[in-house]
Amino acid sequence: MRAPDSDLPIVLDGVTVQAGAVTILDRLSLRLEAGAPTVLVGPNGSGKTTLLRVAMGLLRPTGGRVIWGGREQVPPVRRAFVFQRPVMLRRSAMGNVRYALATAGVARAERAARVADLLNRVGLADRADRPARRLSGGEQQRLAIARALARSPAVLFLDEPTASLDPAATKAIEDLVGTIAASRVKIVMATHDLGSARRLVGNVVLMHRGRVIEAGPAATFFTSPQTDEARRFIAGELLV
Amino acid sequence: MPEGASAIDLVLTADPALIEIVRLSLFVSLCAAGLATLIGVPFGAFLALTRFPGREPVIVVLNALMGLPPVVVGLAVFLLLSRSGPLGELGLLFTPQAMIIAQTVLVTPILAALARQFIEDLWLEYRDEFAALNVGPVQRIITLIWDARFSLVTAWLAGFGRAAAEVGAIIIVGGNIDGFTRTMTTAIALETSKGDLALATGLGIVLISLVVIVNALAWTARRAGERLAG
Repeated sequence: MRAPDSDLPIVLDGVTVQAGAVTILDRLSLRLEAGAPTVLVGPNGSGKTTLLRVAMGLLRPTGGRVIWGGREQVPPVRRAFVFQRPVMLRRSAMGNVRYALATAGVARAERAARVADLLNRVGLADRADRPARRLSGGEQQRLAIARALARSPAVLFLDEPTASLDPAATKAIEDLVGTIAASRVKIVMATHDLGSARRLVGNVVLMHRGRVIEAGPAATFFTSPQTDEARRFIAGELLV
Repeated sequence: MPEGASAIDLVLTADPALIEIVRLSLFVSLCAAGLATLIGVPFGAFLALTRFPGREPVIVVLNALMGLPPVVVGLAVFLLLSRSGPLGELGLLFTPQAMIIAQTVLVTPILAALARQFIEDLWLEYRDEFAALNVGPVQRIITLIWDARFSLVTAWLAGFGRAAAEVGAIIIVGGNIDGFTRTMTTAIALETSKGDLALATGLGIVLISLVVIVNALAWTARRAGERLAG
């Protein structure tokens, strides 16, 4: 059995991502360690999603390098990603999880039990037979998390998982993410909701214009921010 | 078929000649639509998921081929299968097989072009999830075809409709031989030329009814599938 944190730490070393003339990530360096969740905060367009994609291995940086557990070429077997608007495959909730288990190489004989366990874990056991596309936004997000967990990831990237959800659905997702974090899965989550960042209790990374402005434990970040940008962002001012 | 008989009489009495014509019509069109699916859908998927120099002109030509004139296809297949043609030795001219080949040529571009469009649209939607789930290339194609299955049913119906309604190609390569290569459409053409418009109209109604029944069955299957899978 592989070590649960074999892809960690994830080191981004001087990573630059450019799209034409636009610089999305600007010589960004960051180290994602095993343990407490890391929450990326910052205004829209600050590069949070791009950073997640680079760290997942979905996007190759135009400059710099990414190192997963000491290696540069690691297929995303032990990493999983939940998109802001996850796409539901055209099958039932159960079928979506079963598909993820199949792509993760889980033996056919084990899949039924794992599907039941994962759906139960995300609170969708009673929705197993429902077409995934007919679930509510919050349920689809939880199903996407179940699908991601089917890969038994060491690192779970979450891109704005509570965006556009009502408070009840947001709480359900946050509780679920807290439970996952407690099970030694490294959570790396992007959000522009400072409340979520506070509640998740981990490390906070403030991004702006493709760079890391400030990083540190949530308690320190929110009570004694070190930079003017962080103070303004926490105060609710617009960073432009 | 008896001279002057009405189509209703022929249907009500289950006239053997009419039954044979209906059977052959369905056999040829279903075989052609089936073969076109086997060829067109994988080709459409290939075009949807690969990038190579000249891909866009290929798509333009493929889309244009959806409007292939049946008589031109009939002529081309005739030249291919005629005694002096490259496949003349097979002796397929004026047989139902020749008609199936001609209709397959007509229908394949429809299936391929529509499948390419449906699968490419779905791929744009799925590609991030595929990357995140580390799905291999073969599994991607299988998943896309499976998940596009309801749209592909519509494409298949378009192809089947084209085959069932077609007369120009099969009359050239089939010869409209009574009891052997005569189909609903060639029979309608023949009865019209003979001036038996009542029988031709009746046969037309029977043909349209059959197409409606096949479409209704496919639509019902599609709706049931959508209810289950979303």
